[in-house]
Amino acid sequence: MSAALQVDALCKQYAGVRAVADVSFHVAHGEIVGLLGPNGAGKTTTLNMILGLLAPDSGSVAIEGLDIDTQRRAALARTNFAAVYATLPGNLTVQENLRVFGLVYGVRRLRHRIEELLEQFDLIRFRDTRCGVLSSGEQSRVSIAKALLNHPSLLLLDEPTASLDPSAAQAVRATIRDIARRERCGILWTSHNMYEVEAVCDRVLFLSRGRILLEGDPRQLPAQHGAANLEDLFIRIAREPLGLTEVTP
Amino acid sequence: MKLRPILAIALRQFYLMRGSPARILPMFAWVAIDIVLWGFITRYLNSVGTGGMDFVPRLLGAVLFWDFFTRVMQGVTMAFFEDVWSRNFLNLFATPLSTAEYVSGLVLTSVCTSLLGLTAMLLLATTIFDLQFVALGVWLIPYLLVLFLFGIALGIIATGTVLRLGPASEWLVWPIPALLAPFAGVFYPLSTLPTWMQAVSAALPPSYVFEGMRALLAGGPHDARPLLYGGAIAILQVLLASWGFRRIYRHAVRTGLLARYSAESTS
Repeated sequence: MSAALQVDALCKQYAGVRAVADVSFHVAHGEIVGLLGPNGAGKTTTLNMILGLLAPDSGSVAIEGLDIDTQRRAALARTNFAAVYATLPGNLTVQENLRVFGLVYGVRRLRHRIEELLEQFDLIRFRDTRCGVLSSGEQSRVSIAKALLNHPSLLLLDEPTASLDPSAAQAVRATIRDIARRERCGILWTSHNMYEVEAVCDRVLFLSRGRILLEGDPRQLPAQHGAANLEDLFIRIAREPLGLTEVTP
Repeated sequence: MKLRPILAIALRQFYLMRGSPARILPMFAWVAIDIVLWGFITRYLNSVGTGGMDFVPRLLGAVLFWDFFTRVMQGVTMAFFEDVWSRNFLNLFATPLSTAEYVSGLVLTSVCTSLLGLTAMLLLATTIFDLQFVALGVWLIPYLLVLFLFGIALGIIATGTVLRLGPASEWLVWPIPALLAPFAGVFYPLSTLPTWMQAVSAALPPSYVFEGMRALLAGGPHDARPLLYGGAIAILQVLLASWGFRRIYRHAVRTGLLARYSAESTS
């Protein structure tokens, strides 16, 4: 069976600057992979190329074995995303947004699916509220509900809990972990909250200056590299990406 | 192409209009103002004219036709601008939606809004100013069709321009109908224009509509061939505009313009 996501030798250059350089990784079905790195490391560029919003200079992206370049429609029908920088139109209500995107994704039994998601993300009371007047946390929940409309095989989440209070963030994390397990959905998760990454991700990729520097279990990587914890390791990579040392246990 | 994504794009516009009288009012208000203004001008011209010429169908009919074309074009561009203003491109283009479906959704929206505007214009012009559109007979349908196709072509070109040059280039779109009006011979025969302007007119399908309409109202024989020629140009322009939009979209994907569009639309 094909991986939920297979990225091979992805490269992208802007005005002579390498944003992403020879990045390869995969996300298995039911796996949550954290894509970590400092600002400007190439995370969002990588996500944009996976979503077909940006064409790579070279390399390939396959979603369940479907090439994003040549089989875009079929690949994106199995994918969805939520990002803090891509909120849903604020001039439509929660229900209207879910209906419009449900139609775009060709969701079957759309009315029923919308009801399920409204309940799952505690949005029933906001059903007829315009998204623009919701709090940032409520908007994040709507975005995640949209991202789950089509039962995606691959879910891309760019800092999905950044605007949520700790309680709501924990609930969202639990829901997404449950979806990964139950629906065998592969998830690529970016976050700057290392506590969250450790709690949620099965595997992490550290990206710096467009390259993957480290890959492994977020609970074991810090010790392997002589760091006190994941946050310490993150800070070291962000400040001295070339100064990593591997510690033999 | 699939129907549901196309309907989704049109449904989004319906939801916007349903919840916002400020969006519905301009669909009727501007055309009503134009019809009333030109209706009284034609009445005045009829009262002072000595040649017995009826200005109502010539001027008011021309205004109605031109307003219809403008509504069609703006129906496409306004629907597109709603996505620009709400920074919705990332959400839309990270879906299975194709550019052909997206553009078709914009066109469907324009069909609905322009038909509403046309109905309002016809009601005002016929009831208040006694404009007799039946005088045009069956020609009315091909006239409207050619104007509709040209409006769609220009709407697609305008959206492609804004996609390519960025949200700030929106201001380039609004004056397009006013810039074209002198070349299209809306109010006067093309023979009035200098030769170089007539050459531009030949590429504008509305010029064939207005020339045909004037000939018909003058009671002379109506030659269908120029109108067929205008229709063929309009179809070609729609196809070229769609091809151009697709090329601009691909350029935006290749250069990162599409991914950056949301950020730029806030500036």
